[in-house]
Amino acid sequence: MTATDPVHETVNAVYFSDSRRVLATLIRLLGDFDAAEEALHDAFRAALEQWPRDGVPANPRAWLVSTGRFKAIDGMRRRARFDALDDVGDKADIAVVDPAAWADEESVEDDRLRLIFTCCHPAMSPDAQVALTLREVCGLTTEEIAQAFLTPAPTLAQRIVRAKAKIRDARIPYEVPARAELAERLDAVLRVIYLVFNEGYAASSGSLLTRHDLSAEAIRLERLLVALLPEPEAIGLLALMLLQDSRRAARTSPSGDVILLDDQDRSLWDRNQIAEGIKLVEQALSLRPALSERKRVERRFGPYTIQAAIAALHAEAPSAAATDWAEIVGLYDVLARADPSPVIELNRAVAVAMRDGPAAGLALVDAILEREDLLDYRLAHAARADLCRRLGKTADARASYERALALTRQAPERRFLERRLAELT
Amino acid sequence: MKYLCLVYLEEQKLHAVPDRECMACGDGFRKSGLLIAAEALQPIDTATTVRVRNGKLSVTDGPFAETKEHLAGFYLIEARDLNDAIQVAAKIPPAREGSIEVRPIRELNPQ
Repeated sequence: MTATDPVHETVNAVYFSDSRRVLATLIRLLGDFDAAEEALHDAFRAALEQWPRDGVPANPRAWLVSTGRFKAIDGMRRRARFDALDDVGDKADIAVVDPAAWADEESVEDDRLRLIFTCCHPAMSPDAQVALTLREVCGLTTEEIAQAFLTPAPTLAQRIVRAKAKIRDARIPYEVPARAELAERLDAVLRVIYLVFNEGYAASSGSLLTRHDLSAEAIRLERLLVALLPEPEAIGLLALMLLQDSRRAARTSPSGDVILLDDQDRSLWDRNQIAEGIKLVEQALSLRPALSERKRVERRFGPYTIQAAIAALHAEAPSAAATDWAEIVGLYDVLARADPSPVIELNRAVAVAMRDGPAAGLALVDAILEREDLLDYRLAHAARADLCRRLGKTADARASYERALALTRQAPERRFLERRLAELT
Repeated sequence: MKYLCLVYLEEQKLHAVPDRECMACGDGFRKSGLLIAAEALQPIDTATTVRVRNGKLSVTDGPFAETKEHLAGFYLIEARDLNDAIQVAAKIPPAREGSIEVRPIRELNPQ
């Protein structure tokens, strides 16, 4: 069989478009991640043998689920005969349902949500959540994930094995959380997806190409989540990622150096992504959250949606000077109330400096540092250095650039700070 | 499936939750058929650690770990799955003062 064989190509295409859906349903039917993965591979092996002979089935996905499940049960029965265990046969029979139901769109899409929520269960460490989500939901290989996260492959493989063992042994259920828990559990899912995005977006070391793929993967995953569960914060996060990602081409010079927002060539920004991002922000802002009404009263708009609104203002501005800084400061006020943190205060201080001048911004940054909140945060010192530089306070600027440099490990950022330091006279 | 909910508290918070409330919680669990056993423990300085090495018994005082929170009691519960067990653990009164570690019970293998 050659790669140009049309049936072979069909199998490949179905694998690409549907293997994760088939896996998600097999996990439900078989109640076990490893058994489902084995069944998935058995099903595709069978497809490669049978489809060229018998033709491609009318509903390939249902065929794959049915075949995978049959092979898994067959395997269990055979092993049961060896082990002389009666209960395995019973276990295999629990999932006897009408094959037509496996192709039912709704239950299949529910399985995908079940898989996402299970992989992002808060009983697992954030590292494990990220690895498992990329492996099971996105279908990345262990080697790909290891490479993207600059982690040795055996470490990553072990992390995934342990996570699956925890799902099995602690009995983490394969379900979409009940309505009362959904808001909190959705937050955990969004956190995992944004973590994956930022790993790729803050591409500071390792292979740039691989890490860019992580951002694309996060956006793809978030699109899926929004399609399945169109909650305002999920839409807000998709908007935020699209708007941030739209600046990718302008963020670094051809030699890999950092270019700050003020200095970016805005003609390089991806206009299609910006248009889609802005549309999604508006949608997120207009939707009433359906989840957990009581809890959302005090935080009407979620932090991702507000950050997306800020990103949208930047995206719409023709230049840094022509940006609506007053509106941005206002949004940071809302954000600080929804999700108080010193980092958000720092961002607000920078926006205030753009609105009212560097002296006003510096006073706010100094107030944060005096509280000893961000003493080890390199961007706090870099921001202070920049404000001092603009005010002509050369000695203060030098001290802050040096402090920032001491806290920075990423090569492009170090080069940027060293350049700024050299420019001080 | 059985889960052991281990209650951890700082020494000075041992009596932060009134016994009455803990008893009411246990009774509630028992009535719902969730509870297999539950007990509170005496403070950590009443503890004794026993080891047998090379057939020789060694007895020492107290705990060996230098942690702020100590084991203060336990609830052995029956739950459908971890999400269920988490919901039960959240209702244990000391959860708001200390922490509850939820551990699935491992069935011993006779072979």
